[in-house]
This record gives sequence, structure tokens and C-alpha cells, in this order.
Amino acid sequence: MQLIFEKGREGRRGFKIQRSDVPVKATIPANLKRKTDNGLPEVSELDVVRHFTTLANKNFCVDTHFYPLGSCTMKYNPKFTEVVSRIKGFEDLHPLLPQLSGGGILTQGALELLYHMEQLLCEITGMDAFTMQPLAGAHGELTGTMLIAAYHRARGNKKRYILVPDSSHGTNPASAAIAGYEVIVIPSDETGVMDIDEYKKHLNKEVAGVMLTCPNTLGIFNPRIKEICNLAHSVDALMYYDGANLNAILGKLRPGDVGFDIVHLNLHKTFATPHGGGGPGAGPVGVKEHLSRYLPISKVVLRTDGTFFLDYNYPESIGYIAPFYGNFGVIVKAYAYILLLGKEGLIDVAEKAVLNANYVRSKLKKYYKLPYNRTCMHECVFSAEKQKEKGVSALDIAKYLIDKGIHPPTIYFPLIVREALMIEPTETESKETLDNFISAMIEAAKIAETNPERFADFPEKTPVSRPDEVKAAKDLNLRWRKE
Amino acid sequence: MEVRDGLFYTKEHEWVKIEGNKGTIGITEYATHTLGDITFVELPSIGTKISQFAHLGTVESVKAASDIFSPVSGKVISSNEKVVQSPEILNSSPYDDGWLVVIEMDNVEETKNLMNAQQYSEYIKNL
Amino acid sequence: MNYTPHTEKEVKEMLAEIGVKSIDELFSDIPENLRARSFNIPQGKAEPEVVNHLRYLASRNSTALVYFIGAGFYQHYIPSVVDSIASLPEFYTAYTPYQPEASQGWLQAIYEYQTAICNLTDMDVANASLYDGGTALYEACMMAIRINGRKKIVVDEGVNLIYWTMIQCYISNLSLEVVKIPVKNFGVDRERLFQHMDENTSAVVLQNPNFFGCIDDYSDIVEYAHKKGIVVIESVYPISLGLIKTPGEMGVDIAVGEGQSLGIPLSFGGPYLGFMATRKEFVRKMPGRIIGKTVDRKGVDSYVMTLQAREQHIRREKATSNICSNEALCALRAVVYLSLLGKEGLQEIAQLNLDKAEFTRQQLEKIPHLRVFRDRPTFNEFPVILPESADVVVNKMIAKGFAAGFPLGRYYKGMNRCLLIAVTEQRTKEEIVKFAESMEAVLCS
Repeated sequence: MQLIFEKGREGRRGFKIQRSDVPVKATIPANLKRKTDNGLPEVSELDVVRHFTTLANKNFCVDTHFYPLGSCTMKYNPKFTEVVSRIKGFEDLHPLLPQLSGGGILTQGALELLYHMEQLLCEITGMDAFTMQPLAGAHGELTGTMLIAAYHRARGNKKRYILVPDSSHGTNPASAAIAGYEVIVIPSDETGVMDIDEYKKHLNKEVAGVMLTCPNTLGIFNPRIKEICNLAHSVDALMYYDGANLNAILGKLRPGDVGFDIVHLNLHKTFATPHGGGGPGAGPVGVKEHLSRYLPISKVVLRTDGTFFLDYNYPESIGYIAPFYGNFGVIVKAYAYILLLGKEGLIDVAEKAVLNANYVRSKLKKYYKLPYNRTCMHECVFSAEKQKEKGVSALDIAKYLIDKGIHPPTIYFPLIVREALMIEPTETESKETLDNFISAMIEAAKIAETNPERFADFPEKTPVSRPDEVKAAKDLNLRWRKE
Repeated sequence: MEVRDGLFYTKEHEWVKIEGNKGTIGITEYATHTLGDITFVELPSIGTKISQFAHLGTVESVKAASDIFSPVSGKVISSNEKVVQSPEILNSSPYDDGWLVVIEMDNVEETKNLMNAQQYSEYIKNL
Repeated sequence: MNYTPHTEKEVKEMLAEIGVKSIDELFSDIPENLRARSFNIPQGKAEPEVVNHLRYLASRNSTALVYFIGAGFYQHYIPSVVDSIASLPEFYTAYTPYQPEASQGWLQAIYEYQTAICNLTDMDVANASLYDGGTALYEACMMAIRINGRKKIVVDEGVNLIYWTMIQCYISNLSLEVVKIPVKNFGVDRERLFQHMDENTSAVVLQNPNFFGCIDDYSDIVEYAHKKGIVVIESVYPISLGLIKTPGEMGVDIAVGEGQSLGIPLSFGGPYLGFMATRKEFVRKMPGRIIGKTVDRKGVDSYVMTLQAREQHIRREKATSNICSNEALCALRAVVYLSLLGKEGLQEIAQLNLDKAEFTRQQLEKIPHLRVFRDRPTFNEFPVILPESADVVVNKMIAKGFAAGFPLGRYYKGMNRCLLIAVTEQRTKEEIVKFAESMEAVLCS
């Protein structure tokens, strides 16, 4: 399909710009003027609408397809949350208003929303204070590692390391490195959780913190989690909870109760804000009281007269990690979602998410290797090792699923499982959707048994099949140029 | 998986062929096999001084990016332009046409810190 | 219940298949003593109740004020087509395009966005977006350090102070030095800047138009920097590129900026859009996702995420950045906006902004004791020096229905009487005249 740049005609206009109503024609000095062509398309409004609507039709999306992507929590994105985020009183609000003298009164609704959201998240996670600033999960992780650094700096501790399990998401060690720490990877044991003996071996006075997901990326809950937290605290190391898997434990377990000092959440996962093709997300961070002084500024504070204001007076704060108060437009959606679901709705989320994942696990374990044969939580990890013996990889199975109109599960993650297939159905999927997926997976296993060479052709029903990624990386073509 | 005799090897899967005080360096077939189709190679410029086991360059494939570490100390006196133009040579000929740099060595004794072919074969068997 | 579709019968069937008697059993791995100590979330509500509550909260925010405030974030008109395309569920409920066969629409849209950003800035390659202009600026600094291995960053004071504060925060745990060069008469003090640009300097960071709205040509700084192996980073306001000299024309190495003005609502601080573009020799040092064009196994043109080997999911602690989620939907808005405006449209919008700002200056100049800054050319934003505290004036102007500007004394010592005023194409002649009249009334009272 042609690019928007290849469409249109010279001189064609799209959007009609208003005529100037001021009697002025200003100029810029010649040496400061742009002399090059800005290279933008010359298309009509209909050209633009047709082009992008056609592009949209080439995508899978949650509104049309099942997405059992492990670690992503691709649940249904409620439409009413889109409506509320668009309300003019939210959408048109300039972020600098509350920073003007007399401006706080102009944004009381927004400040109240942020304040209540923080309170709700504290209660959900068992933490004492939250910052809504981080603009994505990884951004939250970076904030968390910087809070760890601020804590130790204030105490004069000389700390060098952050411990992560080998099943961790790549953003964990990446974030730790940016905060100036060296990462030590702790292997998992044969039950799939972090090996406690290896952990103890590496836990010394130079360890600043430990980053864990719970349940872990295998969907397995580590029952010794409290012990792990206590051990860390005994060397004045902080415990960081990666909230990517919160969907499994809503209302059942709170990281703050168990011993975690810092938590980040992914609003675009657990709290149903849309993934938007890769973003925007939001990754708020919660802390226990002893760390709240280091949280980014500003903070929303409630006065005794019932009004809200922005407080910047936190001399030990790590500063600004975002330009303002976070991805407000995303936060509004998550806030509305929490209010709608309420206590019983959130608990129901965890229960049905875990039910769905275990149902899939139970049905597929006869056909795919299950490296950890035990109850899982909201996601389960299979290995396509058996199929690989016939030459069919996890990638091949993924391509087959695309032909069946199902978005593949996460593949090749976590790294500790060979030919990993990580399946997270989420709670919003019905039994018949799961059964359809299970049938497709069983079919794939059967074809791998009898006709493995077929997989090289998959997907065969899509307009595009197996783009050459080696060529993409070698013959870099990252933008279009006019000939 | 070829492990060539007469070369010395590092834990990070580099090989070095010693001829007098010159060392020709490359990466092993084990490395290229693990990386997959190599898409990009970055090598140091001529004249760069390097220590044993220090960072020499980078090799990238679609699924991984790996640092290359120098098996020996010395000065880079030659680098393989062909491999930079056509990284796939590393996959087809890791020990011959896929050589990366030649180093004028500071100290030939350094090879005692490296593995020989037999030791390297044992090493990769246990990975 | 809400979005979970399970009937009682289905739950029974599923439990039977799993081999447990109740859902509770599935949580038996969590010992009793670890269970949530409390979960005092209010009871769930129905959609109308939640919507009403949110409308109530929104009503407690003022949207009646006429904005003459910018300071990096501008109220431009967002064409309806931008909203309608970004509302297509096939775009907004889709996932990151890791499976190319299921995401050719998204991948091509981002490839087009990358192209648009390159054309806008006159650079060779762009990434698929970063969180916002501030994190983009920080990432550009890290990129410069990867390029030349040096440890000092020199930042002009004309760069948005919020971004300066963010950079300081991010690098606080790394052994890097950041130096700020004070402006001279609201512009770059080249003498002082050059003094600090030495062999230890990794990058010099500039903004155009700068925070005070002033436009400049940084070609001379680029020339000087390149002689010393210093990377030049420019943060640029995209709408201004309809008229002003581009980063590419000046020879800048990395162009970044805030893309909010390209069809993204102000939304009280986010989501926004960080764009980044660079020269082709630096592409492998660039963070974030990048979409590339290739062919599939049948030779059909297709798009994929490429150069992923640098990213966190592969490189982990050695990654170029920890970024995972980006601002894809905002990038989509930007490319739709730029396509709609098109070649001439962007020039016209920029001209409108320029003209209305000039008209505003002329109206304000009539006010006694108010000095409009004219020593340097500006785009759609400019400082004025008032006879009294800008904070106080802004406060009084709110009562008159205007967000009169940003009081520079909030960020800069000694600028208590300076007000930064922004004028976009959204401001009508009537609003501007009324603004000037109100300003006069406030100052002469």
C-alpha cells in the first residue's frame, strides 16, 4: 500500500486554515528562515481519512481479536473511559494553570482526581504514598530505582548492586543500570521461583535493592516472599515490586503488607487503559512512609478547608521525572475504571483472571510441555520444546495462530524457558473464546506432529507473511524519501 | 560446530591466531550460531590501543547485540572492511574470511590466560 | 459482573476441568498470613454514576479562561479528523506491533510518522517516539555520551527549565557533569557558551525558539562544536518549523522536542509526545523503537520493528534505554495532523501564529510602562516587562478571564516583572484586543 507521502497531488490542500483576522503580516529575518521543503504530503481530507482508516483495518486489536499476551494484560478497554477522558474540563486544561498565582482554584477537579487516585492506589497496594508522575511502567521502574538510590544516599550507604531474578522483564535491569547500579541475576530454582539459597549467597551489605514481580513472569507465586523481604531489610536493601502482574492478586494480596518498600503499577495493564499500539501508558509508583520524602515533586495536598494545592516543598525529593503530574489523560481512564469496578469488581478481576489461565493450562498440558506443572496464577508458560524436536518453534506456532485470527501469546519470554509461550487470557475473555484458542493450539500441536513442514508457510491468510527481519536490520530503510 | 585447532579462545567466544607478534582476532562458530544472522559489525579504528579482555567492538543480529572483547593486548593494525560491508561473512566463514582485526601484540605471554581448542570445546559443551 | 462474562455454570465446568472445587483453591499458594490486611475500596458503581462524578470533577476545572500562556505547551486547534482516526479501535486497542503480520497498519503509520519528523526537522532518521520532550532531551544527552564517551553536558539556559530539572534528576546517579549557561538578554550568550565547550564536553543543548520565544541560527555554534567533537542537540517547537530554520539546516546532530502542538490536547500534563531524529551515522545509538521497511517471504513490501537488539527486551542492562511503552497513539495523532495540514498548511499555521503574536505585541506596546521585548526576533511567544510583579498581574488577569502568560520569576531569578506571553492561531482579534485592554486596566489600577 502506498504511503501517505506517495498519495495526493502538488497543490492539493487538506485542512482549511482560517483566514487571518489581524491586520499584520509579520516576517522573520532571512537568515532565520527555513529554506528547505518541509516534505509534508499534499493530500485532501478524504485522502487522509481513507488512508489511515485503511491502515487501521490491517491491524489486530482487542476490540476484534483475542490477545493472550503474557505479561501485557490485554483486557477489554471500557468505552466509557474514553468518553470521560475527553471531557473538555480535563482535555483542554493547561498544566501550568495551578502554578499561577490564583491558578490552583482553576484546577480543583483535576487535583482532586489525582489525590483520590493516589489514595485508591495506596489502598489497593498497601502502600503509604503514591506519585502519578511516571509516564510508563519502565519509567516507574526507573523512578523506583532512583528512589532506592536517594534513600541510600541520604543514609550514607555505599551500595553497588540490584538483584533481579533471571525471569525478570528486561526493563528491570535496564532501569537499575540507569540509576547507576550493577545488576546481579539470581537463578530460579526447579519450582520456578527465585532460588532462595542463591539469593542469600548474593545478598550482602552492598546490595541496594531487589526487584521482583509477584507472581513472577512464569505466573508462579513464591510463598517465601515475606522471608525474601525480611532478608533484604536485614542488610538495609529495599524491596521493589514490579506491578506488571497485579491482575492476579487484586484484593488477595497487597505488596505493602508483605514487605515491599516500593511498587510500580501499569495502568495500561491492570487498570484497562488502552495500549494504543504501544503507548501511552502510565506507571505510578507507591512507597512506604520512610521513602515518601524522596518522591518526585509536586505532590497534591489537601488543605483543612477542603481545597487542593500543589506542594513543591520537599527538599529531599528526587526532583521532576516528568514535566508535570503524569499522563493525566491515561490516569482519568484508570480512575474511572476503579470506581466502576469497586471492591467486589477488582477482586472478581483477579479471580476470573486466575480461573481463565488455569483452565487454559489444564487443557493444553497434554499437548505442550509445561515446565512447571503446578497451579499458575493469571498467566501460564508453556514450552514448545516437544514441537521443536520436529522443527516447529514457538515462533512457528505464533504464525499459525495469526492465520486463525488469534493474536499469538508472548514468545521467547521469560528467557529461562526455551521456546517459551506465555499465555495470559485476562478475565474479560469468555469460555468460548478460550475454547477456540485451545482448539487452535491443539491443532497446531497435531500439525507439528504429522506435518511439521507446513509451518514454514504460516501465516498464509494474511497480506504479509514473515517479513525479513535480517534484511530490515542490514539494509536500513527507516523513512521514505522522494526519488 | 567447528572449534579450530591452533587457535586460542576466550570465555566470551573470541578466537586469536598468533603469528609472531601479530594476533588475528575473530569470533567462534558457537558465537555466530547463537547470534543468528549477523546484521551489523562495529570495529575499532586502526591505531586503537587495547588491553586483554577489554571492549573491542560490537556484533549485532536481529535477536541479540553482543560486545566483542579482545583476547590480547596491543595496537590495532588492521581491520576487516569486508566484514563491515557484508556481515553475513561472519556466519559463513567465522575462522577465515570472517576475521575482524589484526593486533600488534604487547606481550605474547598473555595467551596463557586463554583456552586452547580442546579446553574451549569442553567449555562450550558445558554451557 | 462488569466485564467478566462467566456464568455460574461455566465456572463450575472450568473448575471441574482444572480439578479444584472452588476459585479460592486456586489462590491456595498465598498463605493466610500474607492475605490483604484490608481492601477498603468503595463499592462499584454503574456507568452513569461514574460518568456523572467525573463530569462533576471536570466542571471544577476552569475552561473559560482565554489562554495566552504557553511555556512549551500550546493550545492549537486539533482538527476533528485527528480525533476520529485516533479513536478507531483498530488503532487504540491494538498492542505494540511485535507480530508484524498482525500489525501492518500500525507499522506503516509509524514509518510515516518517522518520515514526517525527518522531513520536518531535516534529519535522516527518527524513532517511533519517546514519552515527552523532556525525556527525549535526556535520552539525547545519553546518546551523545554513547557517541563520544565524554562526561560533560553544557545546557543553554534558554532550554525549558522543566527539562533542565528533569535532566538533573535523571543523571543524579551517574558520574556526569551538567553545566547551565545563563542567557544574555533572553538569548544565547555565545562567549560564555564557547568558553565551556571543550574536549571534555560531550554535548551542547540548545532550544529553538528558546523558552523566551526567541529564534536564532545556531549554525555557528554547530561549527564550533564539531571542531571539538561535541554533539549538538536542539530541542525544537514543531509548529515553528513551518517557517524557521531547521535543525538539519543548521547541522545539528540530534533534534528532539515536544510534539504536543501536533494535534495532541493539553490534557493537564499528558500524555504528550517526545520526538527524536538524528543523522544516519548515529542511528544505532538512538533509543526507542524504530520501524523499518523490508520484504516478506513472498517479496511483498512490509514493515517491522527493527534494530531491536538495542532495546531492553534483548539487551537488558546494556540497553540503549529502558524504554518499553512509548507514545504510539500520540505519534499517530501527529502524523495525521501533519498530513492534514500538509506542506502549505503548516506554513500557513506558522504564519498565523507569527502574525497574531505581532498584533498582540503592537496592542500591548500602547500600554504605558509596559515594555515589549523586541531586541530579538521571536515566533509566537515573547517576554514583556511589566511595571509590577508578573505574579500579581497574572492573578488579576485571571479575574478578567485570561491566563495572561507565564511569570518568568517562577523559574528565573531577577525576572519577577517579566511575563512570557504566547499567542497561537486560536486567539481571535477580539480576544487579543480585549486582552490588551484588560492588561491596561489591571496595570493602571
